[in-house]
Amino acid sequence: MTEKNWPLWEVFIRSRNGMAHRHVGSLHAVDATMALANARDTYTRRGEGLSVWVVPSNAITASDPAEKDMLFEPTASKIYRHPTFYEVPDEVGHM
Amino acid sequence: MYTQALNVKDEGPALVDAERDAAFQARIDRDEKIEPNDWMPEKYRRTLVRQISQHAHSEIVGMLPEGNWITRAPSLKRKAALLAKVQDEGGHGLYLYSAAETLGTSREELNDQLLTGKAKYSSIFNYPTLTWADIGMVGWLVDGAAIMNQIPLCRTSYGPYARAMIRICKEESFHQRQGYEIVMTLARGNADQKAMAQDALNRWWWPALMMFGPPDAESLHTDQNMAWRIKRFSNDDLRQKFVDATVPQGHHIGLEFPDKDLKFNEATGHWEFGAIDWSEFKRVLAGEGPCNRQRLAQRNKAHDEGAWVREAALAHAEKRAARRMMQAAE
Repeated sequence: MTEKNWPLWEVFIRSRNGMAHRHVGSLHAVDATMALANARDTYTRRGEGLSVWVVPSNAITASDPAEKDMLFEPTASKIYRHPTFYEVPDEVGHM
Repeated sequence: MYTQALNVKDEGPALVDAERDAAFQARIDRDEKIEPNDWMPEKYRRTLVRQISQHAHSEIVGMLPEGNWITRAPSLKRKAALLAKVQDEGGHGLYLYSAAETLGTSREELNDQLLTGKAKYSSIFNYPTLTWADIGMVGWLVDGAAIMNQIPLCRTSYGPYARAMIRICKEESFHQRQGYEIVMTLARGNADQKAMAQDALNRWWWPALMMFGPPDAESLHTDQNMAWRIKRFSNDDLRQKFVDATVPQGHHIGLEFPDKDLKFNEATGHWEFGAIDWSEFKRVLAGEGPCNRQRLAQRNKAHDEGAWVREAALAHAEKRAARRMMQAAE
């Protein structure tokens, strides 16, 4: 193929104020302006969002799923990080 | 179905890593979703790329038979609805390409497979839309059949595909209802309008049933795809569900189905239907349907004639980026 390809962008949408932006998919665009316009046409045809973020896909650094256990498993044994680990007498009421 | 690709035999090499394969299957059995960077068997990846991209191609090619009627819609209301529907089909294609790309195949490669005829799209889009009633049939029957297949796919094992299907299903229901309303309006109109609706049903009914793919007895690789939860119901089960749902809708507006064997079985609670002409289905898949060549030619023409736009947009973006760099350096 002789044509140079358009870069890939990831799209994040805030469905309403008070909510975080959420990843919805990706698209191709030559620059950020076009990525925003394409994201609006592709992902918000029925009032799905009030705000859109577009991020070049290659700017995202992701954790490696193979390292999932090493990264996240240690927290499973730290039950003292949860409120239910601590004993409070019933008479004291809700705390 | 839009995913007739599943009925194609996978001839590629299948590297077997028994231990990892078993762990992978166990995750699926626990109803865990598989995400893009997770390890997966090569065959799972390949099957999904083929299925998702065929689904995407079907959405894109599906814009052609309907786009054919945008300028000739009978009222402004119908025209606005059809425009929105065709735009949705384009959007659905894009969601699906985006999901397929997460498996490591580029958009350009997928597009190229469609344009060269290497990849297939649903057989149904090789039939012509001859009258306005056909637009009603495409919404009512074709989208109706697609929904039958797509709702279970919302729970498919591959995360990005399942998420795309959820968005698509939400939008697809408008498509089916607008199609049925078109058919109903014609069926309740004058004698000519009613005849137009009946003629369209006569032409679309059997091809719609073929969308679900060959009978289960002839369907290849069903077991593996069921185990992977890429496919969740068999072709025949989905076809029967579609017939049971659709026949009463047709009778309600006074249309007759072109099947003399169609009858309700009180004991089973199902509509029994006549034999499907599978030789027609095979001809259409092999490229001998009424519109195969035209559809592919139209896609290629659009792609070729759009080349300068793609190049110009990229050149413009590069020029602007370079200018920003210059200004920043000053």
